[in-house]
Amino acid sequence: MMALLVDVISWACIVVGAVFAVIGAVGILRLPDVFSRMHGAGIIDTLGAGLILVGLMFQAGFSLITVKLILIVVFVLYTSPTTTHALARAALNGGVNPLIERKEAGGDEPSEA
Amino acid sequence: MVHAISLAGVLCVLWLLLSGHFHEPLLLGPGVASVAAVVFIARRMDVVDREGHPIHLTWRALPYWPWLLWEIVKANIDVARVLVRRRMPTDISVINVKATQKSDVGQVVYANSITLTPGTVTIALDDNILTIHALTTSAAEGLNTGEMDRRVTAVEGSS
Repeated sequence: MMALLVDVISWACIVVGAVFAVIGAVGILRLPDVFSRMHGAGIIDTLGAGLILVGLMFQAGFSLITVKLILIVVFVLYTSPTTTHALARAALNGGVNPLIERKEAGGDEPSEA
Repeated sequence: MVHAISLAGVLCVLWLLLSGHFHEPLLLGPGVASVAAVVFIARRMDVVDREGHPIHLTWRALPYWPWLLWEIVKANIDVARVLVRRRMPTDISVINVKATQKSDVGQVVYANSITLTPGTVTIALDDNILTIHALTTSAAEGLNTGEMDRRVTAVEGSS
């Protein structure tokens, strides 16, 4: 009974994570420019990969494998924003300007980086 | 020195957990040697200090993590909802936000937290002005309330 419950939770996490990964991938394809596509990639990095890994942790139970899975989550959470920022910075320096659909009403105009 | 000892401790725990060899002297010996070598090289590279190994943030960061994870979950659902619509109701804007953290580590934590939250990406960080690319109006407004900024400043503390 317990094993069944753990299996159900585990598969729920994996399936929901996979759905988020697919939505993120669809987002990468549909969004208009480099910078907005990073938002789609962000979904895959966080909830997509995260939920799949949590689901796998339930499969592994209390073991060293779970510790390794937790370490993977932590490293992904630290490295993915860093790489995203590097990508954004490279795009800006390469002369790509973000497509803007709305001018910020109260905020100041972003300085040209 | 405190940072070097802490780094050695973290590396030892990491080595043990990743290898799973707890009582085999033949393997533990080289493990200790590799930890010592890494700490030695890191010290020679001058990266083992408050910035490279910020142990003073550990305790105050503990309550921040669960809050950030919950924010990430909420933002994920918001952005996913936008992406699955037939006509995506995006409202892309680029806004400037001021970071109130004093240290570089604090500002990097803030910038990375923003990037980690879907819907907002930090595209530039100059002095203490963050340039943020926001996918929707609600994502931009969530940032303008400054709650995340306050919490990261609290993690940084007065030290």
